[in-house]
Amino acid sequence: MEELMAKKIVIHYAAENVDQPIIYELVKKHDLVVNILKARILPRRDGVIVLELSGSKENFDQGIRYLKEKGLRVEPLSKSVSQNTERCVHCGACTAFCPTQALSIDRETMKVSFNVEKCNGCEVCVTACPVRAMEVNLF
Amino acid sequence: MKKRRVKKTYAEINEKIRQGRVVVVTAEEMIDIVERHGEVEAARRVDVVTTGTFSPMCSSGAFINFGHTSPRIKAHRVWLNDVPAYAGLAAVDCYIGATEVIEGDPLNSVYPGEFNYGGGHVIEDLVAGNVIRLRAEGYGTDCYPARRFEKNITIHDLRDAFLFNPRNAYQNYSCAVNMSDKTIYTYMGMLRPRMGNANYATSGQLSPLFNDPYYRTIGVGTRIFLGGGEGFVAWPGTQHNPHVPRGPNGVPKSGAGTIAVIGDLKKMSPRWLVGASIQGYGVSLFVGIGVPIPILDEEMARFTAVKDEDIFTQVYDYSVDYPKGMVKSLGEVSYKELRSGEITIMGKKVPTAPLSSYYKAREIAYILKDWIEEGKFFLGEPQMRLPSGRGENND
Repeated sequence: MEELMAKKIVIHYAAENVDQPIIYELVKKHDLVVNILKARILPRRDGVIVLELSGSKENFDQGIRYLKEKGLRVEPLSKSVSQNTERCVHCGACTAFCPTQALSIDRETMKVSFNVEKCNGCEVCVTACPVRAMEVNLF
Repeated sequence: MKKRRVKKTYAEINEKIRQGRVVVVTAEEMIDIVERHGEVEAARRVDVVTTGTFSPMCSSGAFINFGHTSPRIKAHRVWLNDVPAYAGLAAVDCYIGATEVIEGDPLNSVYPGEFNYGGGHVIEDLVAGNVIRLRAEGYGTDCYPARRFEKNITIHDLRDAFLFNPRNAYQNYSCAVNMSDKTIYTYMGMLRPRMGNANYATSGQLSPLFNDPYYRTIGVGTRIFLGGGEGFVAWPGTQHNPHVPRGPNGVPKSGAGTIAVIGDLKKMSPRWLVGASIQGYGVSLFVGIGVPIPILDEEMARFTAVKDEDIFTQVYDYSVDYPKGMVKSLGEVSYKELRSGEITIMGKKVPTAPLSSYYKAREIAYILKDWIEEGKFFLGEPQMRLPSGRGENND
């Protein structure tokens, strides 16, 4: 069976790319499933799209290569969202806000951990965290 | 009064600390010890139980004296990093309160406000040794002619700086929910509509005043861990109220005792005093407090063995009842349920989130244990007990 993969990625658009049907090409040519989590695309301006991309490993790799050839910067979402563990006091207030349970409390250690695989980049945690320990760098 | 089989004094325990023979355990560890050996044997074996709490505590702040200037100024208004400090004291004294917001903050005009900087952050910056912009205005007197004074300072430049928090370490705190149809932002955090979540504070079985429910050993002069340094209980805290319903174990079922605490800010650390921004509410200060509880007899052993499942609090609606000032309990829940991540209120399962760090509370209890074992920290015998409501001579 073909190896399937799904990954959350961030695509940074340069101003000259925003009028191109990039997502369409990913679906049509590379047979990938896209689920847009967040996007800010404006005419003649730099933009960004956060999406979950899934398909066969071969198609996925080709899709990423296509994006890079187009001159777009592609990064895994984990590079843009992180928990500053020096700053975090493990109070757990963020767990009330996080809609995807990417932020959760380990009931044994009572430490707050961040699972980037579950994160959809909504950024609610940024201002919800009383000590500003969540670092999100999307827009 | 029941005859006690074990009896120890503060002096005896302090002597053991001096000789390095003291037995110290944390409030979590004590649960097992009492379960296994019974309260009498536990009281014989254990001398001190350490507790801890780490939570935003709004009624906190610091007295600062920035030293006389030349020419002299009677500071009438004072700002630290543009956060106003109360200056209605002598010439160069002021008080920076934890919840004071930076001047020019949009507050809640863009709702919910972010409250990125305030008094709590000034205190954190001070203990971190960061540079602070000090600004003072005077009106000019014959003895204090200067009208303005501005200087970049660090905590080392200050003549005196001590933390003095009028109300900390609340013995129990309510659990907050929102019964309305829209999201609300409170000092208990964000609350989703129709009881979408329940937020709670206090570190339960680790929390200082839960381990000495009638304040037998906590009073004016009790030496404590405060903000990473040493401090003292200065007085009963504001709103201290021992007269609330209690369980058979003596533990209050809603907010009760509080302590006012004091300590040298210059010896504290930004690990244990952390500025807090509470969305839609304001700024505050996370304060780390640990109180050592001497096991004077078997009753103290029993008290310190209290566990989360035997500590209860009330669930209140923060959308209508609380703001109106007419609270009625929607239900009673234990800290075991709260800490499990889900409680049931009026038949509905509601996810919980804490505001106080159990992880840090545990760390404080261990640090205090180390200090005592290493002979660096001695017990302070209370010179006046906090009002307990159970008769003042209750040993």
